[in-house]
Parts: sequence; C-alpha cells; structure tokens
Amino acid sequence: MQPVPRGVFARRVGRGVRDWIPAVVVFLLGLALWEFGVKALDVQNFLLPPLSDILDALWNDRSGLVDAALFTFKEALGGFVVGSSAAIVVALVLARWRPLASAVMPYAIAANAIPIIAFAPITNNWFGLLSPWSKIVIAAILCFFPVLVNTLKGLTSVRPASIELMRSYAAGEVEIFRRVRVPTALPYVFSALKVATVLAMIGAIVGDYFGGSQDSLGIVIRRDAGIFAFEHAWAGIVIASMLGILFYAAVAILERLAMGWQPSARIE
Amino acid sequence: MTVVSLQKVDKTFGKGGVTALQGIDLEIGEREFVSLIGPSGCGKSTLLRIVGDLIQPTSGDVVVNGKSARQAREDRDYGIVFQDAVLFDWRTVTKNIALPLEMLGWDRSRRSERVREMLRLVELDGFESHHPWQLSGGMQQRVSIARALSFSPPLLLMDEPFGALDEMTRERLNLELLRIWEALGSTIVFVTHSISEAVFLSTRVVVMSPRPGRITDVVEIDLAQPRSAETREHPRFFELVADVRHKLRGSDELLSEAELIVAEEGL
Amino acid sequence: MASVAVERPSRFAVAGRPLLQRVGLMLAVAVGLWAFWEAFKWVGEETGLKLGQFTVNDRTLPHVHDIVGQLFEPSRRNGPLLIEVLWDAALFTAKEAAIGFLLGASIGFLIAVVLVHSRLLQRGFLPYIVASQTVPILAIAPMVVIWLGGRGLPDWLSVSVISAYLTFFPVTINTLRGLDSADPRALELMRSYAANRLRILWKVRIPASLPFVFTALKVSATASVVGAIIGELPASIQSGLGGAILNFNQYYASSPPSLWATNLIAALLGIAFFLVILLAEKLVVRRAPEHVA
Repeated sequence: MQPVPRGVFARRVGRGVRDWIPAVVVFLLGLALWEFGVKALDVQNFLLPPLSDILDALWNDRSGLVDAALFTFKEALGGFVVGSSAAIVVALVLARWRPLASAVMPYAIAANAIPIIAFAPITNNWFGLLSPWSKIVIAAILCFFPVLVNTLKGLTSVRPASIELMRSYAAGEVEIFRRVRVPTALPYVFSALKVATVLAMIGAIVGDYFGGSQDSLGIVIRRDAGIFAFEHAWAGIVIASMLGILFYAAVAILERLAMGWQPSARIE
Repeated sequence: MTVVSLQKVDKTFGKGGVTALQGIDLEIGEREFVSLIGPSGCGKSTLLRIVGDLIQPTSGDVVVNGKSARQAREDRDYGIVFQDAVLFDWRTVTKNIALPLEMLGWDRSRRSERVREMLRLVELDGFESHHPWQLSGGMQQRVSIARALSFSPPLLLMDEPFGALDEMTRERLNLELLRIWEALGSTIVFVTHSISEAVFLSTRVVVMSPRPGRITDVVEIDLAQPRSAETREHPRFFELVADVRHKLRGSDELLSEAELIVAEEGL
Repeated sequence: MASVAVERPSRFAVAGRPLLQRVGLMLAVAVGLWAFWEAFKWVGEETGLKLGQFTVNDRTLPHVHDIVGQLFEPSRRNGPLLIEVLWDAALFTAKEAAIGFLLGASIGFLIAVVLVHSRLLQRGFLPYIVASQTVPILAIAPMVVIWLGGRGLPDWLSVSVISAYLTFFPVTINTLRGLDSADPRALELMRSYAANRLRILWKVRIPASLPFVFTALKVSATASVVGAIIGELPASIQSGLGGAILNFNQYYASSPPSLWATNLIAALLGIAFFLVILLAEKLVVRRAPEHVA
C-alpha cells in the first residue's frame, strides 16, 4: 500500500513545486488579461478598473483600508470563535445522547437552509447599528450549523469493529469517546472550520449591507460603490479577499499541525 | 486446566428470529489451538464473540479462565484479532500496539519495552513510527496480532484474521502464528473458512453447520509439532483435510453447492 | 461555500426507531424550542437581562404567537394582509433564486465535466476557483447590478447572476470530486468495451457523481436564496423579500413582529428550496447505507 498524498485538494493541485506551475501560469495570464484586456476592451471603470489603478488606490489608502479590514476581521473572528465553539460543544452533547441528536438534526439542517443574513436587521436592532456584536452574532450563527452537522457526523462515523475492539478492552463510553470518536471526528471538524472561516467573513462583510459602522470594510466598499469610487471599492474587495485567504490558510495550517497523520482527506 | 467451557449455549437474534447457535458444548484446554470451521451462517463468529462477551448468549453457561465471560473480559483475559486489522489511522504502529497497555495504566517505559518485544515477535522491527496506511495488509495484521498479545493474555480469539490476504502471505503468517503460539504458550480459538489452514494450525478442528448453528464434529489433528512448511506435504495432512472436508459435506445435506465450494476453498 | 456533510434520513426508520416515534420526537423538539423562546423571553424580561445594548422586551423578542399572528394583519392601513404581501415577495425572490440556481448549477457542472478530463487544467484553475469564494461577491453586487443594468438587462437578472455565482462553486467542487470517485475498475471495464470518453462520462462517471452533486445542490439551494435576497438590495428592488426586509426594518419600531414575520417567510423559502432538492435526491440517488456506529 502506497502512502497517498495529503488532501483531495493537494492531490489535484499537486504537491511538488512543479505541479504549481500551471496555477502560476494562469495567475500571470489572469493578471495580464486584467490589466491590458480591461484597457483594450474599454471596460467601464464600473465593473473592473485596470489592476494598476486598483493597486494604486490600495497603496494610497493602505492604512485606512487595513484599519477597516481589521475592524471587519475582528467581527468575523469573533463570530467564528463563538459559533464554532458552541457548535462543537453541542455536537459533543448530541453525540452522547443519540435520540436527541436524531430529533434535533432535521432542525439543524433546516436552519442551515435559512438565509441567516436576513437576520442582520434584527441583530442591528438588538445591539445597535454600529456595534460589532450585531455582525458577530450573524457570523456566529452562520458558522454554527455547518460545524455542528460536520462534527456530529465525524463523532458518529466510527467503524463498528473499532467499538468492538474497545469493548474487548472493557473500555467504558468515556474512554471510547476519548480514544476513538474524537480522533475520528477531527478531519470532519477541520473541514467544517475551513468552511466556517469563509462564512464568518461573508457574515461580517455582508452583514454591513443592512447597515453598519463607518469603520467596517463592508460599509466602505458599499459607500465607494455609491459614490462611484470604484478603484477604492475594488481595493477594499482585494483586501477583504486576501484577508479571507489568510484566515482560511491559518486554519489549514492548524489542521496540518493537528493531523499530520492524515493519509488522504476523504473530506476537503 | 480448562480455559474455555461452553455448556448448552444457545443464541437467537431477534424475537423468534434466527437461531444462530444451538446446544453448543465445547471445552478448550490450556495451550490448545482450536479452529472453528463451517459454511456461512454456522455461527462460528457468533460463538467467538460469545466467548469474548461481545455478544451475550440467550441461554447456557460460558466460563472463561474460571470466571464468567463478562468478568474475563473486564479482567482482560483475552486478546482479539479481527479479519480487518482495525488499527487506528491516527496512531503509529507503536502507539497502536500500546493501546491496550495505555488503557491498563502501564507507565511509559514499561509500555515501550513491551512494544519493542512485540515488534520483534512479529518481525516488524524498524516500523515503529509508521502509520497503518503505510503498511501492507499482512503487516497490518501482524500489528493487530502484536496488539492483541501485548498484555500477554492467556487466551487469543481470532476471527478469520488472514481471510483478506493472499495465499502466500497467509501461509507465511500461519507459520509465524504457530511460532508465537509456541513461544507464549497461549490458548488460541481460531475461526476460519479454510480447511487447509484449520488443519495446519490446530490441535483440534471443530466442524460446525448452519440452520441451526451447531457443532457437528470434532477432528483431532495428530500431526507432529512443531509444524513446518513440510507438514503441508505430509500424507497425514491430506488425509486429515479430506476427513474434515468429508465431515463438512456430510454434516448438512442442505448445504448448497456454492457453500461447499466456499468451504473447500482452502485446498 | 464548500461542501457540508448533511445527514440523510433513511426511509422509514432511523437507528431502528419507527417513523411515528421519530415524528413525535421532532414535534417534541419543536415544542421545546418554542417553550425555550418564551421562557427566555419571560426570564429576560423579569430579570432585566442586559447584553450590551440588548435588552429583552417585546421590541427585541416578540412573542412567537405575535409573529405568526402578524402575518394575518394588514401590512399597512387598509392594505393587503402581510402574508399576501410576503407571499408575492417570496415568489418574486424565488424566481430570481431559481434562475440563479439553475444557471449556477449548470455552469458549475460544466466546469467540473471539463476539468475532470485534464489534470493540467485542474492544477491551473482550481486554486482560483477555491479562492473565488473568499471574494465577498456580495460586495461586488452593486457593480454587477450597475453593469448589467447599463446593458439594458432587467434588474432581477442581475440578482440571478449574483445568485448563480454563489451556486456554482459548491457544485463545481463536489461534482469534480464525484466524477473522480468513479470506480477505476468500472472505468477499465468501459475501456475494454472501447467506449469513448463521452460514453464513459455518461454511463459511469456521472452516475457515480450524483450523491456528491446532490450534497452540493443542497448547499447551493440555500446559497441561491441568500444571493437573491442580498442581491436585491443594491439593485433597489422593492418587489422581493430583500426589499421587504429593508422596508420592515425601517418600520421596526412601530411593528417589530412584521420584520420577524418577513424573516420567517424568508426562512421558509430557504427551507422550501432545500426540500425540493432533498426530494429530488431521494428519487434519483440510491446508495448503500453506511455501516457506522
């Protein structure tokens, strides 16, 4: 049996430096297309200013944009931490009491299907438009359900033979939980946490659409779009995107550290 | 000294459901190597699990190592090996073997010493830090055996442990198992589908048949010990294999052709 | 948004429990949640619970019966009932979301079908497809609306485009994984029949990918509704749920239950989309049950 490279994504994209060449090529082509194609096709500034203009705007207002980005990031991070921890705790409880879990699951799945963002006006009314808490709650709820569903799935995906083995060691429920269920659940948990980073960022930024503090990135982008300052708006979007990628990467690194043993991810 | 004693053991699954076992009477003494063989549905795996208190009998008495099956399980009197190695992906070979020792509360130095011994026993030195998915099927099973023996239980229960392996690996592991058996003086109860494996390994072969699951015959294997590759070519070996096959075939007229072929697959 | 593992309820029993018992348990949980809400409200009001600016009162947390009751009140003086207004708004948004969903799912599927045949293309484009989800598309929504509007396309189409953007990603990733999950031996068998790529695709890969596709579609169903609601805002569309939310948000002080009722309808819309996919999945996908403990 050969060791399989880590991660479905890694397998597709490739682990060696050589394997990243196509992606780099596409990146460079994309940049070139952006910069020159936009000018050549005379795309209106509306949709896509030339890259150089965007980078200019970014550089010129770098401190302002970074501040706004950090403000929003704090909201996203807060929501991520609150939502994910709550979800993991609830999942641990539900894994212990299965009947409760199967009764609650349909609601969790239904709740996952609700456009949570629509509750932003309500949280704004609760905590005030300017308070970061109104966005943190939205981000937390967005993170909560995917993490709950995935963690629970991981905790209950143990092979029956492993349970039999532990019983042959006269292991109690607690030991089985600690030694088998939790390690089995980890890949699922991290997969959900990576999704949650994206959701938390969306919650924080899009939550602003219903109103928010002038210091937040979502409002900055929206305001810029409103006054047709598109280069600045796009600069904000670029920063938001970079932040999102960094957030995701941070969790991915944590995953590597915690689960160096993972032979191949069945889940992304 | 009797290690395992089963008296009038019955097992039915579900209300008015399948009679997996009926009227099982069996005694297994110290240092015996007893194989359970029979077609699908004869209850051999169920019987093994009853001995291990992983399933409870509907009626009858089970005494393991002089105690109830439950007590024997709680006292860790046996180690079990499944057809699937059931190793934990997130643990190295070392930590997999050490699992029962951790649970028994052994301290670190005692654990690592024992693990080293076990690795030597199953001839896997050098693979301490490997992960299960880096090993072949045969190697994984050896780790599984090492784990089962790590805490020196007097009894070893094995449920078709080599079933998923190719013939060559199987024959090699058979020899290794016999070597370990002799070295440790354990008692082994071994479930298998393969007649030749059963005859090669055992001191006694218990023939079972289905519907209802019961013991129909017991064949004493009087081949010389220690067994070796040459044993497989001994005329007495072929006689015993034919005898077992005959008893398997004759024991249940309802056996279908397919089941017969499965039972004979070993030779 | 990447894939989320979703439990598949089995046909008539879950872990050996009969249907009736399961429904009973679910109703019990529903009642429990309602009781929890009212209890929280009562406790919060009695104790004057305060979390920052948040206090518990009829404005911040209306009674459940008030919310539901509000649906049957006129939405404004002498106007139609709230539930009628919201129903129309929901249909409007549903149309946008459905078109966006179909658009996004088709594009996502096509991209996956193309990519599965070329590792090179995968290596070139996948990182960006993944990264695309970190771009807060909804932040780009205003631009998209202006651009498409400038081209003379109706407003709601821009909303569908935004909806499609949120839909295509989970579909692409999961379809790709699903197409790849085909048993290599089945593929070998097809090659022994000298089947061409298209044939193999149709007979082996696509059927193998269906469970994965449906997992994605369930996520996308919700995403398309979210995209539609939010997309309506920069487009200043009044006729949909997004507009309704903004509207009742303005009048929150005078009628809190109205906004909550609007959200309830929005939630039901999301769930309805999800259930449609779930139903389709049950009809289309047959899969061996998992053996887990």
